[in-house]
Amino acid sequence: MISGIYYTSYEQDMALRKTPAQRIRLAILILLLLSFPFFASRYYLTLANQIGIAVIGAIGLNILVGYTGQISLGQGAFMAVGAYTAGILTAHYGVPWWASIPVAALFTALVGTFFGLPSLRLKGLYLAIATLAAQVIILWIVTHWKAVTGGVEALVVPTPKLFGVKMNTDFNFYWVIWGTAVLITIMTVNLFRTHYGRAFVAIRDQDIAASVMGIDLFRYKLLAFAISSFVVGLAGALLAHYRTIVNWERFTMDVSVTYLAMIIIGGLGSVTGSYLGAAFMTLLPALITNLGRAMKASFPAIEGLIPFIQLAIFGLVIIIFLIFESEGLNKIWKDIKDYFRLWPFSY
Amino acid sequence: MQRGFSSQLNSSSLRPGELQLSVEHLQLNFGGVTALLGVDLQIRQGEIFAIIGPNGAGKTSLLNCISGLYHPQRGRILFYHNGEHDLTHLRPHQIARLGVARTFQNIELFRHMTVLDNLLAGAHIHMKSNLLASLIYWGMAQREQIQFRRFIEDIIELLEIQAIRNKVVATLPYGLQKRVELGRALALRPAILLLDEPMAGMNTEEKEDMARFILDVNEEYGVTIVLIEHDMGVVMDISDRVAVLNFGQKIAEGTPDEVRNNPLVIEAYLGEEHAALLSRPFSKS
Repeated sequence: MISGIYYTSYEQDMALRKTPAQRIRLAILILLLLSFPFFASRYYLTLANQIGIAVIGAIGLNILVGYTGQISLGQGAFMAVGAYTAGILTAHYGVPWWASIPVAALFTALVGTFFGLPSLRLKGLYLAIATLAAQVIILWIVTHWKAVTGGVEALVVPTPKLFGVKMNTDFNFYWVIWGTAVLITIMTVNLFRTHYGRAFVAIRDQDIAASVMGIDLFRYKLLAFAISSFVVGLAGALLAHYRTIVNWERFTMDVSVTYLAMIIIGGLGSVTGSYLGAAFMTLLPALITNLGRAMKASFPAIEGLIPFIQLAIFGLVIIIFLIFESEGLNKIWKDIKDYFRLWPFSY
Repeated sequence: MQRGFSSQLNSSSLRPGELQLSVEHLQLNFGGVTALLGVDLQIRQGEIFAIIGPNGAGKTSLLNCISGLYHPQRGRILFYHNGEHDLTHLRPHQIARLGVARTFQNIELFRHMTVLDNLLAGAHIHMKSNLLASLIYWGMAQREQIQFRRFIEDIIELLEIQAIRNKVVATLPYGLQKRVELGRALALRPAILLLDEPMAGMNTEEKEDMARFILDVNEEYGVTIVLIEHDMGVVMDISDRVAVLNFGQKIAEGTPDEVRNNPLVIEAYLGEEHAALLSRPFSKS
């Protein structure tokens, strides 16, 4: 039994994982992540890959909404920019798939920064409406600029290959997706240990005080849009090469709202929350579908109702979270950890 | 008193007594309402300068002009720090970078951050590592964060807030929040510190503490302090000079004694029944 945690240097005090328990937990998580594809079935691998892409997208959105407090309804459109840029570069210009991903992310960052310009004058709901414009404009361009995007017809992307190996199988792309997710996680966590991250949170909490402390609101708001869109574009680009087909219907307003729900349910302003929210929102529909199939034998009428039940449960879950745990799954996870910290002597 | 802090809090390049901040004929209107009307002030390095006046006299508007939140229609604000700077048309973050730090009347802390993060955010302008280095958090970026963490610890010690350094600010009582806000302003290494009612809403003990911290910062580090305060006891006790605003105009300026005995001030600001109160002797401790 340890009596407490004692630091002897500022380096220890500022470390991310301070106790052996935290380090062991992280090690187990990494081991699980590394071994998962070797025993999981194809169905679960597909789910894991979907979660991985959602995690990247959710972290990206959380940087903007959760940490910097700039509400965005343009998530779907920014993912579309990433996906279409990567797809077009590879399909029309022969850029290797792995090179197209960072280029697409950079281009999305550029587009995101442009649509972030209204944030310099607008806040809260007004900004949300301005980003809604981004969603509508970008999707309109995607569906109408036939020569480049293929319009409403799907854009077919060549199968990604690495040294002659097909990469878009669930097993192979797992490593690409989760490798990127881990990299983005580390960088995001680091970002919020330095003055850049603190400036973002300062803008969210109290922007006037932030400007008086020497934080250039103009610069840091746009930077938040740029970094966020970069990560979101990355998620879109990965999706394009994973599916090898890019379709505008995957990037509608629904997607923006789903991602917002993800970070609200997971926990605003938290990387762990982005993981939990992404996993939750990906697994919940799958779970409902499976439950419906299992019940089909006894209740044949249920099959046609599944899509409606799914939507209803989605709405219900969000309402329940907003009422009972507005800080999201991350808070529940924290409470569980706090409970077991002194277990079995927690009183 | 020597405490042996390793950090220097004062960033002013001036010697004590030199002109540091000059407000000239400042005029500020909001639509048809005049908030400031031809205000002149000269603030010198190293002094504690109090601005008093009834509610709505324009005290906070004046501070907001100095820190760039409001832009006056007429007049100018000059600040001396490695040369002359015209603050009148600069934006708030540019003014902060020159070493002008402030606190707010209603606490404006970063509520969801810990005390440590609030103070570190106060030192924002001194952190130099670039975005890429910060994302990787290796070498220089990490060393820089640790270096500032050490610097922040000096402020924590000065303000005696060791016990709450890892607490989230929103969970702290009012008096401590005020103290953390002072700490955040100090983390900027101010050349001049603007305090907007640092003791509002405090009990006597908390006021004493706050007065002691303000005097510490002023006497040990030589930081110039501009103070808006309603507690006349405190103002008369700790300030070197006092300016009185009324309806956007400066009606008096001088040492606490001069201001206290100025008939204009007694009449216009304090009212006749309070004049008796002021005739009681004050002790400068």
